[in-house]
Amino acid sequence: MESNGYQGVWTFAEQRNGKLKRVSYEILARGRELADTLGTELTAVCFGHNISEVDQLIAHGADKVYLIDDPALAVNQEDLCAGELARLIRENKPEILLAGATSLGRAFIPRVAAILQTGLTADCTGLDIDAGKKLLLQTRPTFGGNMMATIICKDKRPQMATVRPRVFKKKAPDANRKGQIIKVDFKKEAVTSRTRLLNFVENITESIKLEDADIIVSGGRGLGKPENFKLIEELAEALGAAVGSSRPPVDEGWIPYSHQVGQTGKTVCPKLYFACGISGAVQHLAGMQSSEMIIAINSDPDAPIFDVATYGIVGDLFQVVPLLINKLKCE
Amino acid sequence: MNIIVCIKQVPGTTQVKIDPQTNSLVRQGTKNIINPFDSYALEEGVHLKERFGGKVTALSMGPPQAEEILREAIACGADQAFLVSDRLLGGSDTLATSYTLSRAIRKIADFDLVICGRQTADGDTGQVGPELAETMGLPFVAYVNKIEEVGAGQIRLQRMVEDGYEVIETSLPAMISVVKEINVPRLPSLRGLARAKSAAVIVWTAADIEADMSRIGLNGSATKVIKIFFPNRERRGEKLQGCMEEQVETLVQKLRESRVV
Repeated sequence: MESNGYQGVWTFAEQRNGKLKRVSYEILARGRELADTLGTELTAVCFGHNISEVDQLIAHGADKVYLIDDPALAVNQEDLCAGELARLIRENKPEILLAGATSLGRAFIPRVAAILQTGLTADCTGLDIDAGKKLLLQTRPTFGGNMMATIICKDKRPQMATVRPRVFKKKAPDANRKGQIIKVDFKKEAVTSRTRLLNFVENITESIKLEDADIIVSGGRGLGKPENFKLIEELAEALGAAVGSSRPPVDEGWIPYSHQVGQTGKTVCPKLYFACGISGAVQHLAGMQSSEMIIAINSDPDAPIFDVATYGIVGDLFQVVPLLINKLKCE
Repeated sequence: MNIIVCIKQVPGTTQVKIDPQTNSLVRQGTKNIINPFDSYALEEGVHLKERFGGKVTALSMGPPQAEEILREAIACGADQAFLVSDRLLGGSDTLATSYTLSRAIRKIADFDLVICGRQTADGDTGQVGPELAETMGLPFVAYVNKIEEVGAGQIRLQRMVEDGYEVIETSLPAMISVVKEINVPRLPSLRGLARAKSAAVIVWTAADIEADMSRIGLNGSATKVIKIFFPNRERRGEKLQGCMEEQVETLVQKLRESRVV
């Protein structure tokens, strides 16, 4: 679509099981700043069924919320989400659309871009406005995190980007903010879904979710064998932390993929990140280097993880970690 | 079951350099390989052919030397291979690339399933798969880690999501992207290598696939890279000193000071 008459910043507010995802608030926070710079409105679009706390989208910065509540949208059928989002965009013509670079966002937002024949930038970690040209500057890692690229979408609208979770900070809600929740009817006959969700199998092995954790303890190749993840779990328990992993243990089948931190796993940004027996390949760093404090424990003094670690201990993790657990438990 | 596998040739390393003069990527001297994620797509295609019959077609878009990975695909079990190659395709973003591939697939015509890797190792976008599916009007399932069952006109799959996996059924024809958990790609067989040597890789130009010239290459690309640069990696790196007990002691003290623990 050509750029004439497009106005406003939109964010896609993703929900799962009726609950809004954290990334939905993060992009709302950045979307608010972009909308203010452009002097325009911020709108959140939300699809699902019986979604709790839709008003929180207003409290977190939206001027307007388009809500489609329908049982058919409860499990995020991608055919339906793509069709409905494209329809709303055609009707309302926003100049920018942001969505979380989650497994849902990265799978269905490209389809919306294809329907609308516009540009899309994947997995952005930086979003700014070129004030003169009023263009969205979309910055993203490429080549496995070795390079950064800034991308524009000059003529087509909307300018679309998926945004990496945990890059932008969620803002504190303001219960006094005023906004409008507009219920939109689901056009059932317009799109039919050819895919059907039959079942969901959860495989997070403990209770604290990686994305939400304030403290994460991750293990890497240095653990040597699957049983040794016990040690990581013990340290995590002593700290009230979630358990993460670099890619090699996941490849070896020591721990499920859902624990993987890095370029092809999750991006995390906890207050405290422990890397135990992790060398610090650029792909792993891409997923955790914005953590507030990073502790590295590795026997190789030249491991790149020490470059990003706030504090590093060069030593055998099988010696260091038990000492650490002991010390934490004693106090 | 006829399967089309989309593959891309990428630099064998992600340790790329920038030419300070032209501000563009230096690609000379790096060996090119089949995008690692695409080898799982190829293996899955060949595996399905072995179970259900049919044929596997490998398809790529790129410069003439991308023919190498198509021969590799034949060596690993693909029956035929097509390369869309044309100077007019240079500078394609994911929108233009997916349109171009859709034209090639329409020309190949006979398929039940299109498979691609979850993303490429150079661009890392993961967008060409879903954009191509939409352009073709096909249902799309991303991040497939297992094909459970292939029935008449439908397929049941497992696909990975953040906190587990979903079991999904979709009608055929369809398109999927696969993750590395789905299989272990085979090495080329001797017979395959011999076949790859003599097999013809058919090269199509933009005109051959009857592409709309306004939708390919730079003309058809909505996005443009205006700057590339190295990430600003924050250097911290204080290594603690003393014997192991002292280091752990210091660490715990630092953690307490930070008030996180």
